Amino acid sequence: MSTTFDYAPAPESRSIVHIRPSYGLFIGGEFVDGRGQGFKTINPANEDVLAEISEATEADVDAAVTAARKAFRSWSRISGAERGKYLFRIARIIAERSRELAVLESIDNGKPIKESRDVDVPTVAAHFFYYAGWADKLEHAGFGPDPRPLGVAGQVIPWNFPLLMLAWKIAPALATGNTVVLKPAETTPLTALLFAEICQQADLPPGVVNIVTGAGDTGRALVTHADVDKVAFTGSTEVGKAIARAVAGTHKKVTLELGGKAANIVFDDAPIDQAVEGIVNGIFFNQGHVCCAGSRLLVQESIADEVLGRLKARMATLRVGDPLDKNTDVGAINSAEQLAKITELSGVGEAEGAERWSPACELPAKGFWFAPTIFTGVSQAHRIAREEIFGPVLSVLTFRTPKEAVEKANNTPFGLSAGIWTEKGSRILWTASRLRAGVVWSNTFNRFDPTSPFGGYKESGYGREGGRHGLEGYLQ
Amino acid sequence: MSRTDVRKTYKLYIGGAFPRSESGRTYLVNDFSGALLANAAKASRKDARDAVKAARAAFSGWSDRTAYNRGQVVYRIAEVLESRRAQFEVEVAAATGASGAQARAEVDAAVDRLVWYAGWTDKIAQVAGAANPVAGPYFNLSSPEPSGVVAVVAPDSALLGLVSVVAPLIAVGNTCVVIASQAAPLVAITFAEVLATSDVPGGVVNILTGEAAEIGPWLASHMDVNGLDLTGVADADLATDLEAAAADNLKRVRRAGVEDLSASPALDRMTRFLETKTVWHPMGL
Repeated sequence: MSTTFDYAPAPESRSIVHIRPSYGLFIGGEFVDGRGQGFKTINPANEDVLAEISEATEADVDAAVTAARKAFRSWSRISGAERGKYLFRIARIIAERSRELAVLESIDNGKPIKESRDVDVPTVAAHFFYYAGWADKLEHAGFGPDPRPLGVAGQVIPWNFPLLMLAWKIAPALATGNTVVLKPAETTPLTALLFAEICQQADLPPGVVNIVTGAGDTGRALVTHADVDKVAFTGSTEVGKAIARAVAGTHKKVTLELGGKAANIVFDDAPIDQAVEGIVNGIFFNQGHVCCAGSRLLVQESIADEVLGRLKARMATLRVGDPLDKNTDVGAINSAEQLAKITELSGVGEAEGAERWSPACELPAKGFWFAPTIFTGVSQAHRIAREEIFGPVLSVLTFRTPKEAVEKANNTPFGLSAGIWTEKGSRILWTASRLRAGVVWSNTFNRFDPTSPFGGYKESGYGREGGRHGLEGYLQ
Repeated sequence: MSRTDVRKTYKLYIGGAFPRSESGRTYLVNDFSGALLANAAKASRKDARDAVKAARAAFSGWSDRTAYNRGQVVYRIAEVLESRRAQFEVEVAAATGASGAQARAEVDAAVDRLVWYAGWTDKIAQVAGAANPVAGPYFNLSSPEPSGVVAVVAPDSALLGLVSVVAPLIAVGNTCVVIASQAAPLVAITFAEVLATSDVPGGVVNILTGEAAEIGPWLASHMDVNGLDLTGVADADLATDLEAAAADNLKRVRRAGVEDLSASPALDRMTRFLETKTVWHPMGL
């Protein structure tokens, strides 16, 4: 008889975080009250109210854009070296306050502390550090001898990586001499507001970064504001299309990073244990709230049983629960609304005839939770093979030949990412060259780096974030 | 004794063939002085869809060619155009009223532009791509890939305008459906004869003549088109409508702008319709 030791809880202390009862908007370097109704942000792991958040109305957005425009005049004129130094400062302060940011991110978002601590926050600091270094080298970036900023950037980000998406938006915008008005998602505003304090600590000139909180109406007011020169959006394909329509005929430059339905392809010669880890990381990382999640597993028929057997065994060891517990692998679903969507689409999966499986796992009584789930017997026509679920739900399909794998992988309007698992180098390159996706992870998955361009083909959006490519969307 | 000359029927160019418009419609094309030149085909929605189908069918073969081979083909277009330059000088002059010297200069510029883009086919990946120094044991490479099928409204400049929008698209591996200048469509169809005899596979470039305001919306909203180049759209309302329609499947859009086509081009006509693909692989023993 084998014995296993139970995990003891290893909670990260939340005492490092001081959440204020209420937060205003960050406009012109100061916190001001919004004119809207206000809303609450809650902890998705226990539904406790964390804080009252101001809602920015059209007038508030206008004030923020005006502050950004005013700041642009001087910010775009100071030397790149000086701009870079502010960004280096911000990168350093983020590193100094990394524990606080990680805990706050996990509380507001529901993601496991080991992810916010080891992935989100370090990558945020690295992103600012990377673009800080570009600020005084733009004339060497390949966008002409005298690249000019666009002006005021209106940026709208999602709730799945609140601080990381903020970094992806703000760092390149500031490095290139633009000023920004950023709207965080309504369910995860807290780290953006803490970032506003970091801007104050860094003595960033007032108005260079403005944070307006609110929901869809606030976002709409921002992207349609006449004095916004650049729109950067990460979120759903549906909203991305609405933005593309709204900016038609204007001078606004747009980058969109939207949905995905990535294929994770496992060939019969794959290193299976590594592939299983990659499959798990691909779909259960961040509760599957990842636009580039490997949500369609394409496994070669001859090894499907073996892969699924090992995958299920691995899934049985995933620890679902308290995001602040350092042992937790899968945290809370970010909101009741998202949980309802995942629940609905999973129901559709069953109704359409796919076979549903989850490991035995105890979910907390309060908060929003969804057990890691796989569907087998999925066909390409099933909604769970076509629509983005944005949760810990994997659809498994099989294939016989590499050509069939590529065809199935590309059979989607999306094109954000893909995974390839095989020991054969030439097969990796053959497959990678045929996949219509912006990021291809071979024998790995869900890797991110400030130097690595990220973004989609087709309806996953356009433009790239990260690397030299990430500068282009912020230059004339 | 005078001879009655044999006139040419100007048709569309779709999938490497020269069909009439399925609609059976034509429109009058006059020269700069108002005298009849020909009846040009007036393309319909069905013609536009056929052209997209041909462009899509040609895409994988064309984008899979080696960059070196695409360069050879684009250079071949320049060679054939040069060899038929006398005909183009006459046609450009007839369409626009350009003097002999002006027409010669336009043909010169068109040939030179093709040569310029021919040289880019196997260089753009080195300029637009990157080896990314990620903070970890990974090989990480970004390379540009063509967006797919691009619909283009060509500018009114009869030959140089057409070459300036088509050459960059096909140099990087896209295939295209072009709405030729409504005022000067005949030069475009004669240019299609050059394409047809220059080793350009059928379907890589498809040329429609007719009204941009009529055909444009069908191409802008077509769900199997990946990009939209509005260079030749002068009407701001039409440009806005086409850009809005392009949002249905998030086409990459190049807006119309003020631009001097005779000036040396930048890279943006190529890069606007390139995607960046980043491939990761772990390093280790």
